[in-house]
Amino acid sequence: MAPHIAQRPAQRPPRRVSWNDPATRALVYQALALALVGAAVWFLVHNTLHNLSLRNISTGFGFLNREAGFAIGETVIAYSPADTYGRAIFAGVLNTLRVGLLALVAATVLGVFIGVGRLSKNWLVNKITSVYVEVMRNVPLLLQLFFWYALITENMPGPRQAHNPLPGVFISNRGLKVPGLEGASLDWMLGGLALAIVAIVVVGHWATKRQEATGQPFKLGRTAIGLLVAFPLIGWLASGASLTLDMPALKGFNFVGGLTLTPEFVALFLGLTVYTSAFIAEVVRSGIQAVNNGQWEAAGSLGLPRRLVLRLVILPQALRVIIPPMTSQYLNLLKNSSLAVAIGYPDIVSVVNTTLNQTGQAIEGILIIMGAYLTVSLSISIFMNWYNKRIALVER
Amino acid sequence: MSNTTQTLGADLAPPGAQTGAWAWMRSRLFSSPLNLLITVLLAWGLLMAVPALVEWAFIKANFDAANAQECRASGGACWAFIIEKHRLILFGTYPFDEQWRPLIATVILIAVIVASGMRRFWNGKLALIWTLGLTAVAVLMWGGVFGLTYVENARWGGLPLTLILATFGIAFAFPVGVLLALGRRSKMPAIKALCVVYIELIRGVPLISLLFMSSVMLPLFLPEGFTIDKLLRAQIAIIMFAAAYIAETVRGGLQAIPKGQYEGADSLGLNYWQQMRKIILPQALKIVIPPLVGIFISLFKDTSLVVIIGIFDLTLAAKAALSDAAWRGFGVEAYLFISLIYFVFCYSMSKYSRALEQRLATGHAR
Repeated sequence: MAPHIAQRPAQRPPRRVSWNDPATRALVYQALALALVGAAVWFLVHNTLHNLSLRNISTGFGFLNREAGFAIGETVIAYSPADTYGRAIFAGVLNTLRVGLLALVAATVLGVFIGVGRLSKNWLVNKITSVYVEVMRNVPLLLQLFFWYALITENMPGPRQAHNPLPGVFISNRGLKVPGLEGASLDWMLGGLALAIVAIVVVGHWATKRQEATGQPFKLGRTAIGLLVAFPLIGWLASGASLTLDMPALKGFNFVGGLTLTPEFVALFLGLTVYTSAFIAEVVRSGIQAVNNGQWEAAGSLGLPRRLVLRLVILPQALRVIIPPMTSQYLNLLKNSSLAVAIGYPDIVSVVNTTLNQTGQAIEGILIIMGAYLTVSLSISIFMNWYNKRIALVER
Repeated sequence: MSNTTQTLGADLAPPGAQTGAWAWMRSRLFSSPLNLLITVLLAWGLLMAVPALVEWAFIKANFDAANAQECRASGGACWAFIIEKHRLILFGTYPFDEQWRPLIATVILIAVIVASGMRRFWNGKLALIWTLGLTAVAVLMWGGVFGLTYVENARWGGLPLTLILATFGIAFAFPVGVLLALGRRSKMPAIKALCVVYIELIRGVPLISLLFMSSVMLPLFLPEGFTIDKLLRAQIAIIMFAAAYIAETVRGGLQAIPKGQYEGADSLGLNYWQQMRKIILPQALKIVIPPLVGIFISLFKDTSLVVIIGIFDLTLAAKAALSDAAWRGFGVEAYLFISLIYFVFCYSMSKYSRALEQRLATGHAR
């Protein structure tokens, strides 16, 4: 009897649809959820199309090719009211990127200094940086922007009595005036600079490869400085050395020459830098504190000088802790730059806002804003994730 | 033996003072030439800045000027402007004689926030406190019952509005956020995908774009003839925004719960919701209380963005006070005053969160 049972081919139980089967329930729940979301989306789209047809608004992105007809206070690219909405929005995107990238660099530098300062044994440094971080973190950014903007436009003197802290630098209620560079060589020198950066990356790559293969180190720092000086210099000479310093000067009631940084730009840049640097300082501080003290001692007992301990042992480990929260701070900074609209800096939000007030294309406008931010946010997080993976601890 | 000690010790100078003011200064201010330089530079900077600030903010400041000219003439801060306009800044355009109502509402909201910080209420009572508190606030602000006159929410403003946006925002976003977090950890691919898309979409765009969406697009989404007022639309945008961030925080807490807890709950025969409610969430939520306080702080600060769609919160009330032609040009004073209010709230909450973190961390210290 027993062998007979053993020989009987294993019979799979017939598939029955039962509510007690978790797989069945999961399928039903998912189908229900999708149906609900689908119905909600259909309902919203249906209402929207109906409302749009009531208000005689045509959907689509055709309006981007129409003439914009409004001026933009400051642009990176050439722009006039006769240009299209598309170009206006592009100018807005570039303005966002300009203030965002500059503030990102400034906030990182300032934040690292302040974060290190919070760990300093020097009592004065420690207290001042702590107060800075607490105050700046706990006051809304929008309020800080209003504050800087009011400080510049209401409390700074007019152009004729402008503060002049350095030769060629004027601070007045019209913004900041700084000397600019002018001449045909400028593009050549910038090209040289870009080439130098590419060359440094290539040489650095080669140097790492060589050190891994032969053990010979390569003095990258000196080479990098040499390249950074030499390439722009060659560009300057090659283009006939035509470069002059354009100093701002008071003429009548306003300044001529030089570079102008508008009050809007200065307020936004200051606000973003100061606010974000307080958060970056905390990230840096916790990153350095996360490295075990034993690492310092062990590296010291290997005979490494303090400079090398920091570079080869402490920083690589601190960076692992620092990179993920730093990424979210960078993303926050970029998203916070949209507050520009509150003080009238023509970033993408403010340009699109003007556009949708003129054309009534609300949905397209908001889709453009969201699309632009999502693109840049996702690219930053992809880049930072790649970098994070590169420096992450390789485990078995 | 004693001989050796004596010869070794004979040439040693007595150790320098290890305590006292001088030793403290030497170790904390002048321990190296670089430190000395930094200390001197900073002290010089403070000496230049602090007396000038004190002179501006207190000594030359004007507290009782009757008009702007008199105030400007004193050459310091014009706090008279704040004193003159404090009712407008704090309560917005709420009917003047009824402003005791937003005052009590503010006190209730602060009491609710403080009660949430007390561990004795960390159980079912907390939900009750929030429900009662928020209902009382709604009754006080709207009125229309118990003999209170009805005040439409377009006239609400100032500090109570800021507090309302933040507390109602967190109260409604919290359950949504927990559900989203559970959804993102779900084994059902469709539910997981929906939650991931929602969370990442919201976190990828600035709050301003959501507020714009709520103010221009929401009316288009709704059936004809059906409208939601501006304040409610902004509140919805804030809830949607906060829910995504709460979801990510709670997910962190869920991930920190060891697998054994899920398996143990399974072996007891509990179903999914029983497991979550009785075993997983109580542990996960306890871990994420400090980061949740952080989210509340940033939400409290972010409510100031409603200025951009024209809602009368603390910041816009200050701007309204500034737009009075008779008192033009005191922006710095007004914004400093508002900043102080925000600072007091946010700083005390972050201080509390840090103390809490230390107290809760004791069980897990390795």
